[in-house]
Amino acid sequence: MIPVPGSVHAMNELSASSRITYRAVRVRPGVARRIRGLSDKTLAWLFITPTIVLLLAINIFPLLWTIYLSFTNYRANRANVPTIWLGADWYQSILTDPDIWAAMQVTAHFVIWTVVIETVLGFGLAYLIDKKFRGHGLWTTIILLPMMLSPAVVGNFWTFLYQPQIGLFNYVVAFFTGRAASSFQMLGDVTLSPWAIVIVDAWMWTPYVMLICLAGLRSIPDYIYEAAEVDRASKWRQFWSITLPMALPFIMLAVLFRAIENFKMFDMVNLLTGGGPGSTTEVASITLKRAAFESWRTGYSSAFAIILFVTVFGLANIYVKALNKVKSR
Amino acid sequence: MSADATPSIARHSLADRVLRRGPLEAVATTIIAAGVVMLMQPFSLTLYSWSFATTLFGTVMFTFVSKVRE
Repeated sequence: MIPVPGSVHAMNELSASSRITYRAVRVRPGVARRIRGLSDKTLAWLFITPTIVLLLAINIFPLLWTIYLSFTNYRANRANVPTIWLGADWYQSILTDPDIWAAMQVTAHFVIWTVVIETVLGFGLAYLIDKKFRGHGLWTTIILLPMMLSPAVVGNFWTFLYQPQIGLFNYVVAFFTGRAASSFQMLGDVTLSPWAIVIVDAWMWTPYVMLICLAGLRSIPDYIYEAAEVDRASKWRQFWSITLPMALPFIMLAVLFRAIENFKMFDMVNLLTGGGPGSTTEVASITLKRAAFESWRTGYSSAFAIILFVTVFGLANIYVKALNKVKSR
Repeated sequence: MSADATPSIARHSLADRVLRRGPLEAVATTIIAAGVVMLMQPFSLTLYSWSFATTLFGTVMFTFVSKVRE
């Protein structure tokens, strides 16, 4: 006998689990009716409100608060002292300070060299991997390993690799140059330390650039190369006239992304050198950290943070434009 | 009648040519890039001092012109 929904007899015949399902089925039309009462627009707002609230709380409010603090003399370690409105004094101070200017030049050295090395090596590796030789999948995985590590881990183990007494890096350099392994310090030398951080960043992030370039190379249709072969174009000509121009938007994307990331690089450099020796590796973010959490000049460091933010935001705009160009291909 | 129509067409095409997203975005991008270079160059403190204003102007311009019709 098929139970008639709603009747007592039918309910007794149903198992416990079936009754739960039955109740759920009974409840659903009411909820649906209530939800059906809301307009699509209200429903959409209902779903996105938590995200908007979260974004306002953790992104927009701190940003606006930092902008406000950048115009005051506020110090986080003296929160009870009344704050005074200073106008654009901190901005003027930062933008005429030769020490901050020097920090920006250190950042420029780091950004330019890492981006150049990573792009050249990354594109070269991608070009080789794209040839699909035997075991290329395994090699791709091995090459990708460094970028899967945490910057904190990388910073720590490269500190050991750079040790003048026991560090493997020094022994490898000694093997090729004939110099004594303990005769130079990568992290303690004024001339070598800016290059030490460049080497570590290039080691870690070249695989990422390789991945983007590989995507670019794989997006080039084979028929273009076949047409070039028919026209008897040399490999060299094919590279300059087909491969490079067609992979260029992807290379630009990688360059911009790495430039933005390295402009605000902090963790790895802080672990490797802490900005030293002296201030030879003091990139902008380390200067900012020192002003904010060692000197406790919160207003000043907020102004500096806003300057860096505007720069990164500007670069990000260019990045998005490049991304759209790649998407439209 | 045609004499009246010609200047209006010319004005329209000039506005069409200039007030398009592509060229305006290119100008804004160039200004941002110039600001970033000014911020990091080692040659002139004056250029460094004006870098923030340049980047900010370029970024604000980019934000506005990205809303302009294609």
